[in-house]
Amino acid sequence: MTALPDLAPLWLTLRLAALVTALLLLLGTPLAWWLARSRARLVPLIEALTALPLVLPPTVLGFYLLLAFNPQAPLGAAWASLTGQTLTFSFAGLVIASLLYSLPFTVQPLQAAFSALGPGPLETAASLGARPLDAFLTVALPLSLRGYLTAAVLTFAHTLGEFGVVLMVGGNIPGETRLISIAIYEQVERADYRAAHVLSALLVALSFAVLLALYAVNRHTGRKA
Amino acid sequence: MTGLRLAFRLPHGARGIEVDLTLPGTGLTAIFGPSGAGKSSILRAIAGFERTGGLIRFGDETWEDGRHFTPPHRRRVGLVFQASRLFDHLDVAGNLAYAARRAACLPDLLPTADRFGLTPLLSRRPATLSGGEAQRVALARTLLARPRLLLMDEPLSALDAASRAALLPLIERLRDEAHLPILYVSHSLGEVARLATRTVALAQGRVRAQGPTAEVLADPRAAPAFGAEEPGSLIEARYAGPEPQGLCRLSLPEGSLILPALHPEPAPGEALRLVVRARDVMIASTPPQGLSALNVLPARVRGLTDLDAASVDVHLAAAGATLRARLTRRSVETLGLAVGSHCHAIVKSVALARD
Repeated sequence: MTALPDLAPLWLTLRLAALVTALLLLLGTPLAWWLARSRARLVPLIEALTALPLVLPPTVLGFYLLLAFNPQAPLGAAWASLTGQTLTFSFAGLVIASLLYSLPFTVQPLQAAFSALGPGPLETAASLGARPLDAFLTVALPLSLRGYLTAAVLTFAHTLGEFGVVLMVGGNIPGETRLISIAIYEQVERADYRAAHVLSALLVALSFAVLLALYAVNRHTGRKA
Repeated sequence: MTGLRLAFRLPHGARGIEVDLTLPGTGLTAIFGPSGAGKSSILRAIAGFERTGGLIRFGDETWEDGRHFTPPHRRRVGLVFQASRLFDHLDVAGNLAYAARRAACLPDLLPTADRFGLTPLLSRRPATLSGGEAQRVALARTLLARPRLLLMDEPLSALDAASRAALLPLIERLRDEAHLPILYVSHSLGEVARLATRTVALAQGRVRAQGPTAEVLADPRAAPAFGAEEPGSLIEARYAGPEPQGLCRLSLPEGSLILPALHPEPAPGEALRLVVRARDVMIASTPPQGLSALNVLPARVRGLTDLDAASVDVHLAAAGATLRARLTRRSVETLGLAVGSHCHAIVKSVALARD
């Protein structure tokens, strides 16, 4: 019996996925709200931009991010002067890259939930004296819980499995940017199939459990309503 | 308190909506018209859900003019729709508390729930309520928000007859006791005749007539507002007392009507609202003899409205009230009816304005 392979890439991946999910739910809410309710002519343009990561090869996204993260580029330079660190090959860089990469998986379910809400509940809340933010938090948010659940699970699961973008901007630094998919890739390159099997099976089991939980909860709340 | 001033246009259908109205700050004013007339859009503009670019003033507050727009949550306008629009994620108590908390009147919650018969329903979810129950919760919730103006958009039209009969007295009590001006949108002649102090007749986005309900319903210009409703007129009568053979007498300003006895019997002198459908009124040029009808009133022709090639509505002044009779053009010509003609109105059937 040999010891289990190093599980650090798994923990790092979970940390990244959790952080990105939390941030995206926060940042994606106003964007999805605006997309669902605005009548501005700009809406289709922003919708297309938001959906872009769905169709782009991850390496393309990663390539442009790599350019933007370069300490000579405006974004990379600003980050470097603020934190003293570079965005390339860092955990912070991975977070920013993942935010863009997983954005559609948060925004699209939320936008669908907000659209399905219709204007009725918010108008009613306003007529009962609720200010717009109050009405959003006490009416729109609880009525969109299923949309939030879907968005959270899809974002989390999608971030778990990312590879191309990570490889381009993060590289393979243990404890910093060495995510589970990178670790598996490297193990296969070294022909260490046993280690690759363990991590791969873990990732399959984890992804399956997350999706199973989503569908089970969705079915349950669907029956109740 | 000078009431509600409306002067605006809204895009709607082929010709848009164009209103220029001053409505009283008390009582129940009906906006009466067929579906598609623009009634709901006017309510939405008053609530602040649509910008009109025109003028909306309530009392001495300006809610909308060219420069200023008061958002809906600052207008304190209560709304009751055809669908109850309860919050599905809250139980009945939660729905009521949502309004009461924001109006700082949580202590009123239980007494109000009790007044509307909601105490046994407080822990129920909206999805489990009947249509009538949900509408009672919606009305109680709206009142707990302490509105200064109540807008009701066909609140009864999705309900069965029993639920309607249970809600109508609640609305009447609000009208009579709450010192709350009510704007009530409806396409139903029965509801308007029973509830409305004043009526605005609306068709194709334009106001056709407005004023006291009986006058508006009798006004030939209001005819398009009836839409698919069978036209009729509203008569305000007082209960005079029982008559032999299971009948009773109602007094009109100049004359009286005989009806089958009413159950429960009204108090002497009690005001009653009656609807007489235009098809239930016949006209005779001489006092009719040997006729089974109980009610024959001397009448004078006030106006004639052409409906189509075959039929004409005749507007009559009879016994101090106004009546509408639907006749064939041939009958009108045979009888030689013209404005000012004297005749006799035979009223075949009278209904209490219920619904």
